[in-house]
Amino acid sequence: MSRLAIPKTYKLYIGGKFPRSESGRTYEVVSRAGGFLANAAKASRKDARDAVVAARAAQPGWASASGYNRGQVLYRIAELLEGRRAQFIEEIVASEGGTAASASKQVDAAVDVWVWYAGWADKYVQVAGNGNAVSGPYFNLSTPEPTGVVAIIAPQSLSGGSLSGGAALAGNSLLGLASVVAPAVLTGNTVVVIANESAPLSAISLSEVLATSDVPGGVINILTGSPAEIAPWLASHADVNALDLTGAEALEWVDLQISAADTLKRVLTPVSGVPAPSLDRIVAFTETKTVWHTKSLI
Amino acid sequence: MTLEQSVSLAPAERAIQLLGGDLTERALRLHLEGLSGVDAVGLEQRAADLGTRSIKTTSKAWALDRIIELIDLTTLEGADTPGKVRSLASKAMTPDAGDPTTPRVAAVCVYGDMVPFAVEALGAAHSAGTDRGINIAAVATAFPSGRASLRVKLADTADAVASGADEIDMVIDRGAFLSGRYGQVFDEIVAVKDACRRADGTYAHLKVILETGELNTYDNVRRASWLGILAGGDFIKTSTGKVAPAATLPVTLLMLEVVRDWRRLTGERIGVKPAGGIRTSKDAIKYLVTVAETVGEEWLTPSLFRFGASSLLNDVLLQRQKMTTGHYSGPDYVTVD
Repeated sequence: MSRLAIPKTYKLYIGGKFPRSESGRTYEVVSRAGGFLANAAKASRKDARDAVVAARAAQPGWASASGYNRGQVLYRIAELLEGRRAQFIEEIVASEGGTAASASKQVDAAVDVWVWYAGWADKYVQVAGNGNAVSGPYFNLSTPEPTGVVAIIAPQSLSGGSLSGGAALAGNSLLGLASVVAPAVLTGNTVVVIANESAPLSAISLSEVLATSDVPGGVINILTGSPAEIAPWLASHADVNALDLTGAEALEWVDLQISAADTLKRVLTPVSGVPAPSLDRIVAFTETKTVWHTKSLI
Repeated sequence: MTLEQSVSLAPAERAIQLLGGDLTERALRLHLEGLSGVDAVGLEQRAADLGTRSIKTTSKAWALDRIIELIDLTTLEGADTPGKVRSLASKAMTPDAGDPTTPRVAAVCVYGDMVPFAVEALGAAHSAGTDRGINIAAVATAFPSGRASLRVKLADTADAVASGADEIDMVIDRGAFLSGRYGQVFDEIVAVKDACRRADGTYAHLKVILETGELNTYDNVRRASWLGILAGGDFIKTSTGKVAPAATLPVTLLMLEVVRDWRRLTGERIGVKPAGGIRTSKDAIKYLVTVAETVGEEWLTPSLFRFGASSLLNDVLLQRQKMTTGHYSGPDYVTVD
């Protein structure tokens, strides 16, 4: 007798909770061959709005944690990811195709990205900040501070890419997400990220990892659904401070940039494939604060 | 403690008309305790049903503007200063500096000692007894606990009225009400109503705060509502905002039903003011629906319905900005209160 399969219906990850889409919509996640894998929530503009509210509420607390502490929290994500690697490999193979070996490489790379960025959490200020020489009896210090709420479109292509070592990947749904979220949150920003639309399973599993990790609720909010539908609302949202269009290659991203300009958002333009780990991505979503302090005259 | 059942009560016009000229505590008790009990399950079900209406586009735009017009913009903190009251007053006059079509709120609600600063800050925008402009509401009678002697409560009230308050929000003595001393509560309301009298013979509007969060049962809320109306209240108000739970939809619905019954009985219209805990436009719209469905749309006017709120206004403004600009707004675009 054959066993009855249980098709899963996943939800969104907003403010540390797993709500259904406000619209009640779901869409089918299919494998590359077209087979049914699961149902995912199809986020609406109101879900994006709720996610921004959650991100805004979490931002001051997250930014006030010490860099050292944020680094530990990010490192913990890497640990948990490592612990659930079998599940991620299975989901990546199912939704992106490819072999278990290439999926395993992608999980390795994603773990490495979290670890790499975690290390920067208490160091980027020293590198990006500065003591400025001024002609007067003052200390003049510039330090980077988090921009605030960052809306991100995670890499959407499934055509794969290659790791810096040259190893080929079938896709990048997990690695792509890690490569855009980690640099934004490590400085104290909170994010609303739209996951890979056609392969959202690894993002959903990552949200389950995040819920059981030390990341405070609301710091990372993950929406599944259509970037073409949700991104314009995030781009024009007055309470979003920055927009990362990394995965918006296939969208009308110039229009998104234009509506982001109305509220003076910082914008990163699309990248093909997965952005390589870099300090630039960390500093992109920071603001420079300069402090003048008198030197004692005595 | 034995209660003096035959004690005469202060003569209040409404109570005399309803209960007869020989107004005693016994007559009042018989009336209040003779009110039919509240069907709690039915009430909550009805309130929940009313909360499910979908109000969109033009109806929503209308509702948002109407909500602003019905707000008593409130600051009731121990840390209030004249500066805080001045900024509250300017927000009442210009809720959204970016959009001059935004209507003004109905009133500002402050502690009695802040009334002179509110009068000064509102200037020409103050209604000062006329139908136009922004009213000043003052909480009095040892708000929020109401634990002071009657002499102090009356002095508190008279002082606020003399300083220029157009509306007085008084608290009832919940201790006396819950111990069944209805006559004492009644007499106090009548006395405070009398203290609302201005030098020229007109009266400041009296809002009677029932503090429903401390009354425990819906039956008590119904009794207290009748008591407040019989003693001469112009408005019945749910809560001080200092006790949880504050205003809830079922309690407000129940009070609106009492007001509806009073209208049927006497033709007179009494106001209702839910206060405390209403923070989002979505919640406020549920209240508008409840009012329209219970007592009729004619009640959606500042003289008959108010919201006691402070953070609600900012949420309504954000929704309003969303409707005019087409994109979501954020807290950077409204004032920090």
